[in-house]
Amino acid sequence: MALDANGDAFVEFDRVQKSYDGETLVVKDLNLSLPRGEFLTMLGPSGSGKTTCLMMLAGFETATHGDIRLGGVSINNIPPHKRGIGMVFQNYALFPHMTVAENLSFPLEVRNMGKSEREGKVKRALDMVQMGEFGGRRPAQLSGGQQQRIALARALVFEAELVLMDEPLGALDKQLREHMQFEIKHIADNLGITVVYVTHDQTEALTMSDRVAVFNDGVIQQLAPPDLLYEEPQNSFVAQFIGENNTLMGEVVSMAEDKAEVKLDNGEVIDTVPVNVNAVGERTLVSIRPERVEFNKDRLQPGAHTVHAEVLEFIYMGDIYRTRLRVAGNENFIVKTRNAPDQRRLQAGEKLEIGWRPQDCRALDA
Amino acid sequence: MADLTAQAGPVLAADGTPLKRSLGRALRRQKLRALALIAPLLLFVVLSFVWPIIEMLSRSVNNEIVANTLPETVVALAEWDASTGELPSEEVYAAFARDLIVAIDAKQHTRLGSRLNYEKTGMASMFRRSGRTVKKWDPVEDAPFKEKFLDVHDGWGDIETWKVIQTYSPTVTRGYFLNAVDMRLTPEGAAAQPEDKRVLIKLFGRTLWMSLVITSVCIILGYPVAWIMANLPMRQANLLLILVLLPFWTSLLVRTSAWKVLLQQQGVINDILVWLGMVADDGRLVMINNQTGTIIAMTHILLPFMILPMYSVMQTIPPTYLRAAKSLGATNWTAFWRVYFPQSVPGIGAGSILVFILAIGYYITPEIVGGTKGVFISNRIAYHISSSLNWGLAAALGTILLVVVLGLYWCYDKIVGIDNVKLG
Repeated sequence: MALDANGDAFVEFDRVQKSYDGETLVVKDLNLSLPRGEFLTMLGPSGSGKTTCLMMLAGFETATHGDIRLGGVSINNIPPHKRGIGMVFQNYALFPHMTVAENLSFPLEVRNMGKSEREGKVKRALDMVQMGEFGGRRPAQLSGGQQQRIALARALVFEAELVLMDEPLGALDKQLREHMQFEIKHIADNLGITVVYVTHDQTEALTMSDRVAVFNDGVIQQLAPPDLLYEEPQNSFVAQFIGENNTLMGEVVSMAEDKAEVKLDNGEVIDTVPVNVNAVGERTLVSIRPERVEFNKDRLQPGAHTVHAEVLEFIYMGDIYRTRLRVAGNENFIVKTRNAPDQRRLQAGEKLEIGWRPQDCRALDA
Repeated sequence: MADLTAQAGPVLAADGTPLKRSLGRALRRQKLRALALIAPLLLFVVLSFVWPIIEMLSRSVNNEIVANTLPETVVALAEWDASTGELPSEEVYAAFARDLIVAIDAKQHTRLGSRLNYEKTGMASMFRRSGRTVKKWDPVEDAPFKEKFLDVHDGWGDIETWKVIQTYSPTVTRGYFLNAVDMRLTPEGAAAQPEDKRVLIKLFGRTLWMSLVITSVCIILGYPVAWIMANLPMRQANLLLILVLLPFWTSLLVRTSAWKVLLQQQGVINDILVWLGMVADDGRLVMINNQTGTIIAMTHILLPFMILPMYSVMQTIPPTYLRAAKSLGATNWTAFWRVYFPQSVPGIGAGSILVFILAIGYYITPEIVGGTKGVFISNRIAYHISSSLNWGLAAALGTILLVVVLGLYWCYDKIVGIDNVKLG
């Protein structure tokens, strides 16, 4: 687990549980620690417990069991306004009756800061998000993206070391969202603040985070940097939730240390990396990323297993070609290929053999 | 297409007619249909609401009765100069006799008598009593009339009588309005009423003051209720809403009478206080037939009108604002006062306007629980409508009340802005 230089976690969830109704656990035994300066994203479908975790950290929900520590101190009994945590809300929650400058000045006023000091800080915060001109406007006079920047500036203006963001880009259109992703990331890096970011958008999670915690059913399914999460999912939920994914069902026929042979349901055999299968004869869900499928035999390792496939549909998508195949009974097997000058366009009805590097094909829990 | 928009003059439709006319024609059918749909209601409102109000308010200046009943007298009196201190000439008395004989035939003289009685007490009986004698006179043979009138009633020899008739000769008068503000119209112009007759200004003041008190109490009592309702889960909030609306399903009269039972000196509240030993038996609290009674009962009755607009505004304030304020370091109180309260002001404004305007014209409740000290101007209006039958004064009082309310509304619009008021 990544920790501070001196080995202390800045934010720590220690065996945290949360239940609203006393019957079901929304968060089950959460253990998580992150070092100062990390950008951690909590990713998961709605109802997976990620927002509840964020609200417990902010102090708006109390943990039913366990400890939440900030800088080594338990904050379970500290009210939200004394935690000093900045927060950006889903719909920005900019106070509509105050101007932008008054909104930014609010956290400083409640900290009894002098007027001149306040003005300086507000101006710096506005400049940081390139909104220096807009101090006198009301939030309603700003566009969604501008409101987003102000909300960010407000969460940062009182120099919180930890900033929580609850799906802050959810209301923006795609282009602006992508732009803001980089901007938030850069600001966070420049200031060296710790960020806990909640989203259900996996692209956002992969683009921005140092590490991503994938939530499902109140449990962290995998906590890893984006590349590991994408390339080495630890279970079938993560494999299917992150990115596009081809799945084939089969049965383990041989197990070795780093290689397992899986017999697909139509009798074909493929090479896989065993991730969470343990014994021969176990049912498994095999996962292969669409861009790692190879149909040019020259590029396959000698002796690699191949499977038969039939092209059902070819879709031209500009930068990539997307081809839908029937493989071992699965009619939604996708292959993505780069649109390069020498790339072959497959034709519907074409029959071919496809393969992959064994390490790209992961045998997961069924 | 570029040259189409660039050309001077009105924009033309494809067939060459101006676009505005073309658009108007296209929308005419729609407008007519919309008008037809609202026509029944419009007609109903005009006939049963707008017209009666105009008719009633016009009575506040209407004074046709004198000129209509005594047409010749009015003309003859116009020549008379009251400041000389002499009675009008025989000419005036003769004209008066001719008018009166006609009026008595038509049985109009007593009506005129009661009208003039508002201005000078005793005139009603003068007209009634003279009527019996004058009925038998002949307009030609019985002349001259001056002495005969003085024989019939001393009042006809009183210069004040003629002054009143002269002053109220015009068909339009400001007399009622002057009366409504504790003044009266004299031949010399407007003058203050005698000390003992000045009650209306005080009553206006009391009405405004008590309405303000009732509105404030409603705000203080209603705000927490609206807040709880807006922040409870739907089910409980609906239950509370029903409780708030429950009084609406009970007759206003019943609710007010219930307060009478509760508040009177031998009533429930006093009994309990005496039983608890908090009040001595001979020192029972006087809570009814005074201002306290009116304020308590009216606050209770008007409270829903305060709670509902507040509730509907508070419902639209997302709870994230409070969370945001707290995450920024504000204590519960600061978060409420700086962030939540300002956003709930439009609800307070809407509720206050509603309660204040309803209170200022309230009638039944002050009538029942107000005694003499706790009545409103509307009770005075009702008295003039149904007991003293001085409809002109009632109309003048009503007009002033309407103008005051509109004036306050205008002030409110200037200060708070009516756009900021949300009723739902």
